[in-house]
Amino acid sequence: MSNVKLPIEVTVNGERFNRQVEPRLLLSDFLRHELRLTGTHVGCEHGVCGACTILVEGEPIRSCLMLAVQADGLNLTTVEGLALDPQTLHPLQEAFWEAHGLQCGFCTAGILTTLIPFLESHPSPSENEVRLALSGNLCRCTGYQHIVDAVLLAATKMQDSDRS
Amino acid sequence: MKPAPFEYLAPRSLDEVLSLLSQHGDDAKLLAGGQSLIPVLNFRLARPAILIDINRVPGIDVVHETEEGGLSLGAMVRQSRLENDPAVARLAPLLRGVIPFVAHPQIRNRGTVGGSLAHADPAAELPAVATALDARFLLSSATGNRWIAAKDFYIGLFSTQMQPQETLVEIEFPAWTPGTGWAFQEIARRHGDFAQAGLAAVISINGSGVCTRAKLVFLSAGDTPVEATRAAQVIEGNSPTPEIIAEMAEIAAMEEVEPSGDIHSTVEFKRHLCKVLTKRVVETAIQRTSPIPN
Repeated sequence: MSNVKLPIEVTVNGERFNRQVEPRLLLSDFLRHELRLTGTHVGCEHGVCGACTILVEGEPIRSCLMLAVQADGLNLTTVEGLALDPQTLHPLQEAFWEAHGLQCGFCTAGILTTLIPFLESHPSPSENEVRLALSGNLCRCTGYQHIVDAVLLAATKMQDSDRS
Repeated sequence: MKPAPFEYLAPRSLDEVLSLLSQHGDDAKLLAGGQSLIPVLNFRLARPAILIDINRVPGIDVVHETEEGGLSLGAMVRQSRLENDPAVARLAPLLRGVIPFVAHPQIRNRGTVGGSLAHADPAAELPAVATALDARFLLSSATGNRWIAAKDFYIGLFSTQMQPQETLVEIEFPAWTPGTGWAFQEIARRHGDFAQAGLAAVISINGSGVCTRAKLVFLSAGDTPVEATRAAQVIEGNSPTPEIIAEMAEIAAMEEVEPSGDIHSTVEFKRHLCKVLTKRVVETAIQRTSPIPN
């Protein structure tokens, strides 16, 4: 009974997918193994590291703490869906590039998906607010300083583009 | 795959949830926000035969003001909503104030009030705050409803008075009394981590400057939320002075809390944290008793 697959329909980065999934399949594993969207990384798989953060209906959540069946009918955005097109990165992605906001890149997808909604609600954040917003995402390379720099740079870029 | 296999049921009404619980009881686990349950499933520390997902049940995620001027929350209200709903800030300011300490935004977007209260983790903020605010919980089963006070609900580590056939449906907070101040602080190694110690306090001061009522409830200080009743008695009936607050801190930390040590902190260190927290939290709560212009 418990291995019976259930049908789900999800929209990921604007594209609709219909799949049959076992109820115990985590959303993170569904994205990576079923849809082959491997930009979402899995680190701790118990909600501590933040690497698997994606947007569900625009809000950041841990995809390792949600079942794929629970996403039935919902709109998801993963790191693959943040750039406008392959040539045009999101301003936050651009800022990460310019300010050296990543080294190995393992935590980056989760940080981008966490901070894009944050920048929408905090268009000119203080450094302290950025650090608090980052507190649910672990990075073992950067020491966070360049990530904070990148986020502050992105805030400036996004405000400039709003004005123009 | 991480979790062990289970049968997944997604009822669409509360009646259906209650009938499934009366049928499956002990074999079933309710899935609310999943922010504590899914890690436990991923580690296979729990292997429920049946998972009853209540995320699609309508009507149990409502926030409203009660007739008495208190606050009522449906069990499935997401924690992030407490941060942004003006009714919560107006009717239960301590509940609003504690939310930034509850894990991280990504967790709060899924995590629910009822899930955290029913999970009964002694390191969680919401059970301590519900106890400090004299909240009461509505438990429903197929055979009826009952209300239980937060202070009677918690009986041990991850253990409550809730029976396998019951579910937590609603949480009610009494009306805020004028002249009441609140404060919450916790000490954690990193913001959002489980706290090494934390304290919620609610203190009422009358027009003559005398404390009429004090409530101090610690988290991470025992198997359940720990109410420091003797420390509260030291201030009740008196005007607060630094000596009185120091005595409260001494009694709460040395006689009332029952922390257990872990790799990050010894029992002695946790008692020290509780003493420091008592002083800080009580002082802040007292400052907030005087009306401040918004």
